[in-house]
Amino acid sequence: MNHFDTTALLLSLHLGLLTSLVLIPFGIVVARWLAWHSFRGRNMVQALIAMPLILPPTVLGYYLLNMLSSNGPMGGLWESLLDEPLAFSFEGILVASLLFNIPFAVQPMQRAFESIPMVIREAAWCSGLTHWQTFLRIELPLAWPGILTALVLTFAHTLGEFGVVLMVGGNIEGETRTISISIYDRVQALDDAGAGLMSLFLLGIAFISITIIYALHDRHGRTRPW
Amino acid sequence: MIAMAEPVPGKSIQLRVTQSAPIRLVAELECGPGQLLVIVGPSGSGKTTLLRSIAGLHRPTLGMIKCGDHFWMDSGRGICLPPQIRRVGMVFQEYGLFPHLSAAENIALAVEPESDTAPLERARTLLEMVNMQGLEARRPGQLSGGQQQRVALARALAREPSVLLLDEPFAAVDQQTRRKLMRELARLRRQLHMPVIMVTHDLDEARTLADTLCVLHRGETLQTGTPDDVMSRPRSAAVARLVGLDNIFTGEILAHDTERNISVLQWNGQQLECPLHQDIAVGTRVDWVIPAERVVLHRRDRPSRGENENPVSGEIEDYLALGANTALTLRVAAENLYLSVPTHVARRNNLARGGKVTVSLLAEAMHLMPTG
Repeated sequence: MNHFDTTALLLSLHLGLLTSLVLIPFGIVVARWLAWHSFRGRNMVQALIAMPLILPPTVLGYYLLNMLSSNGPMGGLWESLLDEPLAFSFEGILVASLLFNIPFAVQPMQRAFESIPMVIREAAWCSGLTHWQTFLRIELPLAWPGILTALVLTFAHTLGEFGVVLMVGGNIEGETRTISISIYDRVQALDDAGAGLMSLFLLGIAFISITIIYALHDRHGRTRPW
Repeated sequence: MIAMAEPVPGKSIQLRVTQSAPIRLVAELECGPGQLLVIVGPSGSGKTTLLRSIAGLHRPTLGMIKCGDHFWMDSGRGICLPPQIRRVGMVFQEYGLFPHLSAAENIALAVEPESDTAPLERARTLLEMVNMQGLEARRPGQLSGGQQQRVALARALAREPSVLLLDEPFAAVDQQTRRKLMRELARLRRQLHMPVIMVTHDLDEARTLADTLCVLHRGETLQTGTPDDVMSRPRSAAVARLVGLDNIFTGEILAHDTERNISVLQWNGQQLECPLHQDIAVGTRVDWVIPAERVVLHRRDRPSRGENENPVSGEIEDYLALGANTALTLRVAAENLYLSVPTHVARRNNLARGGKVTVSLLAEAMHLMPTG
């Protein structure tokens, strides 16, 4: 018996990749906006973004399930357009993954953009750089450690999330069974070797990710990752 | 980079702006090509805001800013060009160097893409011009304050700007570096053919460097002229205070004597002669001022014939030896008169606190200002 659930690992990697791909560009826009603009309700927006950090996964999962189910606003729309349910599907857990990862993507990047002094951007404009050139040649390189941190955190956290995915996606092999759900599955089936092997794998991923983040911030001066 | 307006070297800058918020501005100034205009004023007087308005980083409510015949801002027609198009060279107080780029790259980034020379080559030339050869590869973090300032100046010049703007360029460096940088700027500006506008709160800096001095107070340009003119003939008591004149008093015009070309001023029960000012009616109260260096001590060791020129007696209230010179505060009636004498003269005349002395107020140096 193959103890290591490769299908689940590939599914998790796929999910992590897609989540990062969507969330990083979106996060850059939101983080940059939050870093440099003050507007009414800014604190509320920031609180909303931070919610997944403190909400129990079951609460988040409950609301998501309601939203994604055939009777929910998003699930209903999805079903009327594509004629298949959103809940308990890969697309469903992708939506969930995008939502619960928002703070992991936005917060490190917001800190990174906040640390760029206004005078540097103004100096760029006075040097003749357009806003777009300023973004590409000045802001992005300076915010880079924060962006990489967001990427690593989002990816690693996607691999590790359990509760929300279980509630929204269930445990369907090749569709919604991620590696962390597979570990739970193996423990239930008393396959200690499989659970141990995969747990060790996730432990390694987590440790390496965090080490990368610290190394990144160390190399780019004395900034703190979050 | 975006398409630029035609380069306009050698055009003068004209500005006339007003606004009430976020900080009051009632400003008017003009700076010709090759001219160095220094805007001087206390912190919070709106100096930086004025400079930012010229750069296009701040949009004043009303008025216009013109470079030659080209309007950079005109509130009447809703024109306000962004900094990229204005083509300004700005040296920020905090320099604003790009920390992830080397000195040469910082400058190269500001070189016009359509320029004839390669950006990095031009960066090297500019770094040489500000005495920074050999430090091209250093990042800002590896440079001293003075060196960063030089890179910032070179970067500001890289675009061949229509106007060079310097915001307190020497504020963040130590005294020694400041003097060195000032000398370098004085030398460098002879090679520059665009208007140069600098703001500072340091009067000595302003006096040393300026062709034209503009006194700014609470956002208002109170007086513009040569440093000598502004500092010896301030338009009002407010300007006099701002340019560091201490001897500001109020008196009353007693008479005009056109024959002797003098007016007679009553001050503290004493009659003083000053340059003829027929435009001020007899009986009018006026503010008047005399620079401390034009108050002359009557020396016991060497009496002179000039001593009957506006003699004023008082008691030495304060005596402060500052190296070669000694600052004296004289109590005359209820007012303080400030003067400075060479320390050796102070010693030879046994000047000390509480001592009585007589001084002459040089008539031609007395300057009357309408009260307001």
